[in-house]
Formats: sequence, structure tokens, C-alpha cells
Amino acid sequence: MERLKLATIWFGGCAGCHMSFLDIDELLIDLLDKIEIVYSPIVDTKEYPEEVDLCLIEGAVCHEEHVEMAHHIRQRTKLVCSFGDCAVTSNVCGMRNALGKPEVPLEYAYVTLADTNPGIPNDPVVIPNLLEQAVPLHQVIPVDHFLPGCPPPAERIKALVLHLLGAGDPLSGSQLKFG
Amino acid sequence: MSVRTLTIDDQRVSVEEGASVLDAAKAAGITIPTLCHMDGVYDTGACRLCLVEVEGIPKLLPACSTIVAEGWVIHTNSERLRKYRRMTLELLFAERNHVCSACVANGHCELQTMAYSLGMDHVRYDYRYPKWGMDLTHPLFGMDHNRCILCARCVRTCWHIEGAGTKNLAGRGGGAHIITDMNEDWGESMTCTWCGKCVQSCPTGALFQIGATAGEMTREPARLADIITARRKKEWNV
Amino acid sequence: MTLNELKEIKDAELAARKKTTIRCCMAAGCASQGSTELLKNLKAAVKEAGAEDQIEVRGVGCMRLCCQGPLAQADPEGPLYEKLEPSDAKAIVAAVLDGSVAKLQTGDPKQAFFTKQVSVVLGNSGEIDPERIESYIAADGYLALRNAMREMSPDEVVQEIMDSGLRGRGGGGYPTGLKWQTVSKARGERKYIVCNADEGDPGAFMDRTVLESDPHAVLEGMTLAAYAVGAEQGYIYVRAEYPLAIERLQTAIKQAKKSGLLGAQIMEGPFNFSIDLRIGAGAFVCGEETALMASIEGRRGVPRPRPPFPAESGLWGCPTLINNVETFANIAPIIRNGSKWFADIGTEKSKGTKVFALAGKITNTGIVEVPMGTPLRTIVEEMGGGAPDGGTVKAVQTGGPSGGCIPADHLDTSVDYASLSALGSIMGSGGMIVMDETTNMVDVARFFMEFCRDESCGKCIPCRTGTVQMHHLLTKIIGGKATARDLALLEELCDMVRNTSLCGLGMTAPNPVLSTLRFFRNEYEALLQEDPYATTTP
Repeated sequence: MERLKLATIWFGGCAGCHMSFLDIDELLIDLLDKIEIVYSPIVDTKEYPEEVDLCLIEGAVCHEEHVEMAHHIRQRTKLVCSFGDCAVTSNVCGMRNALGKPEVPLEYAYVTLADTNPGIPNDPVVIPNLLEQAVPLHQVIPVDHFLPGCPPPAERIKALVLHLLGAGDPLSGSQLKFG
Repeated sequence: MSVRTLTIDDQRVSVEEGASVLDAAKAAGITIPTLCHMDGVYDTGACRLCLVEVEGIPKLLPACSTIVAEGWVIHTNSERLRKYRRMTLELLFAERNHVCSACVANGHCELQTMAYSLGMDHVRYDYRYPKWGMDLTHPLFGMDHNRCILCARCVRTCWHIEGAGTKNLAGRGGGAHIITDMNEDWGESMTCTWCGKCVQSCPTGALFQIGATAGEMTREPARLADIITARRKKEWNV
Repeated sequence: MTLNELKEIKDAELAARKKTTIRCCMAAGCASQGSTELLKNLKAAVKEAGAEDQIEVRGVGCMRLCCQGPLAQADPEGPLYEKLEPSDAKAIVAAVLDGSVAKLQTGDPKQAFFTKQVSVVLGNSGEIDPERIESYIAADGYLALRNAMREMSPDEVVQEIMDSGLRGRGGGGYPTGLKWQTVSKARGERKYIVCNADEGDPGAFMDRTVLESDPHAVLEGMTLAAYAVGAEQGYIYVRAEYPLAIERLQTAIKQAKKSGLLGAQIMEGPFNFSIDLRIGAGAFVCGEETALMASIEGRRGVPRPRPPFPAESGLWGCPTLINNVETFANIAPIIRNGSKWFADIGTEKSKGTKVFALAGKITNTGIVEVPMGTPLRTIVEEMGGGAPDGGTVKAVQTGGPSGGCIPADHLDTSVDYASLSALGSIMGSGGMIVMDETTNMVDVARFFMEFCRDESCGKCIPCRTGTVQMHHLLTKIIGGKATARDLALLEELCDMVRNTSLCGLGMTAPNPVLSTLRFFRNEYEALLQEDPYATTTP
């Protein structure tokens, strides 16, 4: 049997959702036979491959590179899953939106609170332009599954993966959770 | 007292005349979702989550504030109602800044619980990200308007249970908000009795006890000294 | 006040009439353009010419062709002077005296705009001086009240209104007689009469016109209602933005009290009734009856669920009769002329006349009163003169923010409750906004949605937040940033807000979107962006 091609990525997130993925514990070992991680921050692939079955996207869409990547992923992936509260609701990343322009929190972080070398880093090669607002993934591309939670409960991740492998409901055995 | 007999979700129920649809459903062991309803204060029919279908009546009726009539056949959980309820929640989540992960009520929030029970796993509308502030002027309690859903349970509690009339509503539409007295700082209020009932009535994290959030705890070592003095010298420093 | 006294006043008033009367419009439209000054100058000019025994200068209510104001006309058969300046007074008086026509802009009083009108409500408008009770009495004012009190039982008055077939003119179209009967039969320690003068639809000024032109007609209608249902206290809830209407109502109430037509022992009988004004601060939602009552009681003006209806439990929990200004203005004419006379006007299901405020892209902006059943085309094209500057009429918006847009190819629809709602619009209170081919219908929908968003009271979630999201989606569509998905979201929201909102404001807020979608969907679709993921699930 061909293994399910799984990709994971993080946009504006804290990697906590990825940690929760590891919390599916011994199932990880069973999954090795059934899934193949083709792209992820935890593997060494540099190029997002074609014909991925499932991509778990952690984090809110915060800057131009995220937008570009989201479209790229959508074109090469059968099922896209918003992975965690930041991807589903914009969560903590979105808290800057109410403050106005993205420069406002940057100014506070890099100038007001700076001990040395105050100044907003602005090398466009290194740091992509921030979007006016950090937004949930489904505002940028269509999303097939939503795994909210900060982080999403391992149970629910397990349920979704098993569902995609043909066993059970994506929601069965797992409560929804925000926060 | 005469009795009214009706059918709720295919179940026959008899209740006393004057009972609301919500009462009748409760009597039949049927749960209808509510947010602005709270036992002990009058109903306003504002949140629209408890809307039900009554056969023969084209309008949807709020279960909390509709008095039952003889022979009604009521549906509380149709596909259409579930869809409207989910949409209502989506609208609420998109309205202000409900960031569950950074909220004092995370895990103890009626809005959150309601989202789970109605299977709302994301919000399709653009979040509005409005700029709302907080009132942290009161020594015991705080108000975060970002998390307020305007159910006005605190207002009704303050007026009709505590009888203080401190909490009120001001503004219109999306600008409506809870105020203290004549829109003053809570800490300056001459009418607030510090009873904290409003905090207990709040379904979300909008009203909270100061000291309940991370890193807020303060110590009062002077109290220890007072107790020791009291014991040793029988001097009560109250 | 006795019948004889009423007659004496009328006779004295008629006897004082001069050979010629110069009527000068003193309603808000003309007054805002200087007719107050004009009236003063006309009076001075007559005095200067020493013609006070030949010419009466009378300030009157609305003369209807608002766009050509300030208006004045010399009777009988004189020309209608338009766009007057205060300095034109002398020329008009001089022309009256030498039987000529002054060299000023004149309009034809025989044009369809005037001749197609049938006056029930506005019979006195533009004729009597709204600031003098004698002027109203001379036009048989308060005769209906006197006759009803002396010759009819309260139940007979209710029956007469039932028989007339009058339906509420505030928007809902609920049978007035039925409402009166419910209140009359309701048990309560006290009962109240409320006149809803919180007219707030954009482009609507019918009620203002009635209040400014014939305030006593409203008072008489309310007093008749009080007699019929057994109320002793009435309130007129009028918005603060209508200072002239408030002033005239205050004057009228003072005069009626002084004449024993309001207050204790009206017409020297055992019936007491007082009317007080309550000035609204301009919240649109206070036109909704339960919000209006909350506001009268001194509480925050927000609606509450019905039932209980005001007829059973209204002001301070007492049975309360709420009717709109125009509805009350219909009452005295019905009692005076009989229900049959009234029922003969209009159509089978919609009796009487309806006052409309014509506004927007139309040649003759102003006030018209037409029999129910008049085709829209007659109103818009014949009377209104169609779109100005050679434009073509694209649609007519009726019913304000709760109404809908009727496209030009449905102009042959007759104006009655059923036909308008069949087209997804409503009669509403009578605002009629005409649009020409330059109007973008999505923009129109957004304008009304913005209005509803700003005027939502914030109590119920669907209206408070739904209008915000619908407005946002419409803005996205207009900005070319929306896809078919957004349009689907918008339509779904329209359905939800309409079915789940607490009061009429929310329930009808989606109407302008729904009706423009129904007839002008192509305009929405033309603005949509292509969705690169149209075929992608979900």
C-alpha cells in the first residue's frame, strides 16, 4: 500500500501544535507504515513536493511569504488542514490587528523596549513585509479540515489522521477545543 | 392553575399555564442552547440561540420569553435551527477579540462551550478586530470589553438581584457596550457595592476577579503581622 | 366647546375671508429656503399697498411640490409661484391687485402632479393655517369628534373604523379597526394612546408634512381613538430632528386645551383625554413600537420580544394603542364622511389613500397623496415627471431600509400592500426613492445596510453583528475583492438575519440586498473576482 503523503508547516505560530502532534505517542510508530512525511520543519526537504495528500498548517497568515506559500501548498495538496488556533482564528498573532498598523507593535517591541540597537528590522530579503492584519488561513485559501486548539488536543489530531486513513469520523472520540 | 399540554421534539409534555417554552423543554429533559438567559433574572430574548420552531407559526420564537400555548408542536433542534445557531456563534466570535488561549475564562466559558456543542470549528466571516479597552480601576474586579458578548446578564443581575443599578448599557449597534454608572471608571463608582455578582453572572471572561490572571497575585505580609500581634498582645488591628 | 361654538368659530372664520387669499407654504422644505421671510414680506406688502381688506396672506402647510419651493399661490385660480425669494413679495401683491401674473417662475396647478392627487389625509395641507385652531375648525375640524361623542358609542366608533378597512400607515399595514378593538376589549387599570411620529426612513417626510401642515387632525384622530378605546392619556413620540413639527404640535395642543378639546371634560362631556409630547433623540429603532414605549417610559430605547403586544401590555404594562401619524390623520375624515366614503377609495384589500414622499432622481420631488391601487408608473412618470435631465428610471425604492427596489419593468405594479410585498418590497411608511440608470444597485444596497448597521440598537446578535458583516461583504463586493463564495455568504446571512432578528429593523435589514439581488443580480456578479479555487473543496 502506498503511504499517505503528509506535509506540515508553520506560519505565524509557536511550534506548539507540532509538539502536540508528537503527543499522539505510540500511534506515531504505527503511523510510520502508513504515512510518509514529505515536507516539514522536522524533516530536511527544501522544496514542497507535488501531490501531497494532507498538509497540516500551523500558524496565522502574517506576512507576504505566508500568502505565497499558502497558495503554493493549496495547488499541490489534496487536503489542507488548519492546524491549531492561530491557523483557525489568528489567535495570538491576530492580537496585533486591533492595535492598528503592524508598525505599532513592532515599534513597541524593537524600539520602545529595546535595550540596545533600537530600530525596526526591515531587510525585505530577510523579513517579508507584514500584512496589514494577521489572518486565519481560510481567509487566504480554502481549507478542508479545522483542528482548533492551543494546541489542538492530540486525540483530535489522531482522529483526523485515522479518518484520512479510512478509519472513523474526523471528530469522533475527540472534543472540539479552542484555547 | 391550569395545565398546558404540548409536544416538544416528539415528546409530550405537560406544564403549568404561564410556563415558558424553555421551562417546558427543561421539564421534558430537553436542552435548548441559551446565552443571555439566566435563572433568577428576567429574559430579554437577545441572543437568539434559543429560537425554536412552532408548527403553524411562521416566525421563530425565543424559548426563554415565549409562553407556551395548548397543543403547540415545537421543534428545538432542526437542521435549520442548528445552522442559525452556529452562524450566531460565528458572528459573535468575529465581532470582538475572543482569544481563548489568552483568556481568563479559557475552559470555563459558556461561549466556548456553546461553540463546542454546536460544532463550530471555525468562523467563516472576517474577524473585525475592533479596538476595545479594559476597565481595571476597581480593586476587586476587572472588565475586558474585548470579550463581552452584550448578553447584559451583569446589568440585569446588578439591577434586579443586587439592586445597585451600577451596570448599564450604552451606545448603539456594534458600538454598544457595558458601562458603570454614567460611563465612569468602575473604581470611581459610588453605587457599586463590590458584591461581585456581575462577575458570577458573566458567561465569558469579560468580567473577572482581579488576581485571577497569570502573574497577578499579590501578597499582603502585613496581615500575618496583624495576626501575630493579635495573638500576642490581644490587639486587633482591623 | 359646543356644536354652536364650533359653528360660530367656523362662521366667523369664513366671514373674515377676503376676496383673494395668498397662500404661502410654511412647511419645513419651503421654510428652510426663506418662506418665513417671504410670508412676513407678503404681509408687509399688502399693508403697504393698503389692501388689507382685499387680500389675506396665509401661512399654510405643505403645498407639495417641494423641489420648486418656496411656493405661494393667490386664490382663486391664481398662478403657482415657484422658487420665490423673500424680495418677490411686492411683485406678487402688485400682480394680485392689478389682476396680472407677476414675472416670476410659475408652475401649472393643473399638471398631473396635482390633479392626480386625492386628498384624505392632506385635505387641509396647503389650505389652512396650521398654527391657528380656528383655521382647522373652519375646515370642519373637530366636528367628527363632536359627532362621535354625542352620537356614537365608543364601540360604534371602533366599528366605523373596522368598516372603513383602514390599515396602519406606518409600514406593517395591520388593520386599524382590529387593533382598536383589541385595545378596547383589553382590561387594564389605565389605557394609553401613542402616536408614532418617529419617522426615520431615509428620504421619507410624509409624517413630518402631516404634522407641520395639519397638527390638529392628528390630535383629533388621537382623541377619537381615546374615546373609542377608553384611554385618558396620549403621547406623541416625535423626533427632535423635526423642530417645526414639534413647535406646531405644541401650539396645537395648547390651543386645543384652551378650547376644551383636550384635557378634562372634552366638549363639556364626561370624557377626559390629555396629550403630551415625547421628543425622541433620533434613534431609528425607536420607531419600533416596543422600543418607542421603552423610550417613553424613560428607559433605553430597545425593542423587546412580542407577544405580549402593546394592545395587551404596552406602556407601564397597560393596554396601549399605537398608530402612526398618517393613520391618525385618516380618522377624523372617516368619522366625518363615513366608513363607506372611505372604503370606496382604493382597492379591495387596500382602502383609502397613501401619502408618498417622492425623492431621488425624479423631476418633481415632493409629497403626493394618491388612492391605493394607483400604478407606480402614474406616480413616478406622470406625476413625478420621470427622471430629470432626460435620464431613464431604473428602479424605485419603496419602504425605506426595510423595503426593496422595484425595477422599472415592474412600474405597472399598483401601489397596495399585497402587490408591493409580492415584489419583495413593502408599502412602508411611504418613502419613494427613484433611481436612474447611473445608480449602481449594489451601492444602493450597501447604503441601506450601512444605515441599518448604524441604527441597530445592539441588543440582538443577528442584527447587531449580522449587519456589520453584511455591510463588510457588500464593501468587499463593491471593491472588487469578493468571489462567489462571499456572495453565497452574504445570501446566507440575509436569510439568517431576516429569520432570527428580534425586531422588525433586523428582520427587514436584508431586504434591500435581497430585492436588488432578485432583480439586479448581474450587477453583483459583474463585480465579483474570479475564484481560483472555485472547484476546490470545500
